[in-house]
Amino acid sequence: MSSIISVKDMCLWYGEHQALKNVNIEIMPKSITAFIGPSGCGKSTFLKTLNRMNDLIPGVKITGDVRYEGTDIFAKEVDVNNLRKEIGMVFQKPNPFPMSIYDNVAYGPRTHGITNKVKLDEIVERALRDAAIWDEVKDRLKKNALGMSGGQQQRLCIARALAVQPKVLLMDEPTSALDPISTSRIEELVMELKENYTIVMVTHNMQQAVRVSDYTAFFLLGELVEFDKTDNIFSTPGDKRTEDYITGRFG
Amino acid sequence: MLKQLFLNKRKSFEVFTKAIMYLSVGLTAALVLFLLLYILICGIPNITPELLMSKPSYLTEKIGILPDILNTLYIVFATLLLVLPLGVGAAVYLTEYATSKKMVSIIEYAAEALSGIPSIIYGLVGMLLFSNHMGTCLMAGALTLVIMNLPTIMRTTQESLKTVPQSYREGAFGLGAGKWRVVRTVVLPGCVDGVITGCILSVGRILGESAALLFTAGFAHAVNGLVDGLAAPGATLTVALYVYAKEQGEFGVAFAIAAILMLLTLLINFAATLVQRHFAKRRSI
Repeated sequence: MSSIISVKDMCLWYGEHQALKNVNIEIMPKSITAFIGPSGCGKSTFLKTLNRMNDLIPGVKITGDVRYEGTDIFAKEVDVNNLRKEIGMVFQKPNPFPMSIYDNVAYGPRTHGITNKVKLDEIVERALRDAAIWDEVKDRLKKNALGMSGGQQQRLCIARALAVQPKVLLMDEPTSALDPISTSRIEELVMELKENYTIVMVTHNMQQAVRVSDYTAFFLLGELVEFDKTDNIFSTPGDKRTEDYITGRFG
Repeated sequence: MLKQLFLNKRKSFEVFTKAIMYLSVGLTAALVLFLLLYILICGIPNITPELLMSKPSYLTEKIGILPDILNTLYIVFATLLLVLPLGVGAAVYLTEYATSKKMVSIIEYAAEALSGIPSIIYGLVGMLLFSNHMGTCLMAGALTLVIMNLPTIMRTTQESLKTVPQSYREGAFGLGAGKWRVVRTVVLPGCVDGVITGCILSVGRILGESAALLFTAGFAHAVNGLVDGLAAPGATLTVALYVYAKEQGEFGVAFAIAAILMLLTLLINFAATLVQRHFAKRRSI
């Protein structure tokens, strides 16, 4: 099986500060890849490079090769909006728009030109079902999304991301702002989504990486120290630093 | 014994400062109240339906302020129509698009300075810039007021753009929305309150403006339609107040206009508070 995202020798600078050093990684389709590492190690920065969300930050410089399905994502011909349609994102803090639940989910499809009401209804329902929140919200689709609980908001944000039918879903610590019950619901959901989507997830929680991911990448000080099947990383880490981190010696 | 004395001294000082503060509060309140009552008492009896609904005539020595009311409305309308797209557009550009921090701060500083300039200077500039070319007319007045109110609209819009959470923008970009779509669907709806507040403040300022209009819009008292009215000279309520009081000695009419303006100003402040409260409530959901 060949990778869907392939990164070779990628470096990233915030002005003078080098935040990522020679990162090489192959992300496998329809799998869950977890990025772990202490705060400030560059894992979120790397995640945001994959759909070019770092473009929004002034002074970022990137070198190296990042390919999505074989295409260089930094090539001039690439439309960044189409790239983000293919590679969706769920953020650390739930960030629904201050609109109705329906309009939140319909935002993406409308952005990409779908205006047909019947078709939109269909997409919205399917996205909400896929995000396992349909039953909770189907009677109040016209209500403001800000009235939902944090866990519901995060699943709504997942539905919103799914509604544009991406192939890859980037998740930046999607459960760090949630309570344990909401967290486990999201974890279950992520494992179901793997059947149809490629998921890349940053997590602070090593148990979470063990529970849900197929592959794990360990970042430290801007370097990708080790990348392997999750089972291998947590049972027989190849690098001393990985072992020290997962056994809780630092971080 | 000595300690007791000391305490007493401090207490009397306390009473003294308190008295001074009460006095200043009392004086301030009394002044405001006196002004309000004085204008209302002198003005309201002179506000008659005839005054409001007719135009003045030197032949019959009749006085009516209908033209002045209409002129005021025209000028408020024309100014807002021009200043809103300009001010909101500038604010959106500065907060959402501009990349040079230095340029943004220079423009912000200039806007700040612009709003502190005495309005008579705007009048002088407006006369040279507009009235000299298009003649003394309401449109020249409106254009002058556009320059004057631009900073207000721009700054209030900018302030409220800054309160739109960055996470909304990120969320929309993350779904593949382009810059303009993000601005139009996520950012602008979040700053409606700022725009409305800016509008209300501007209307208040336009209503109260006289110096800038003396130079540019003229003193005529003819009743005109909206379109030809803008091309013709005309006095707004404040200018008419000046003319009636200073040149014709019609203090009754002047006070009537003053009372009307004051009531309008109160109404506008009340509206501004209502709008702000409404949006504060909506935001806290």
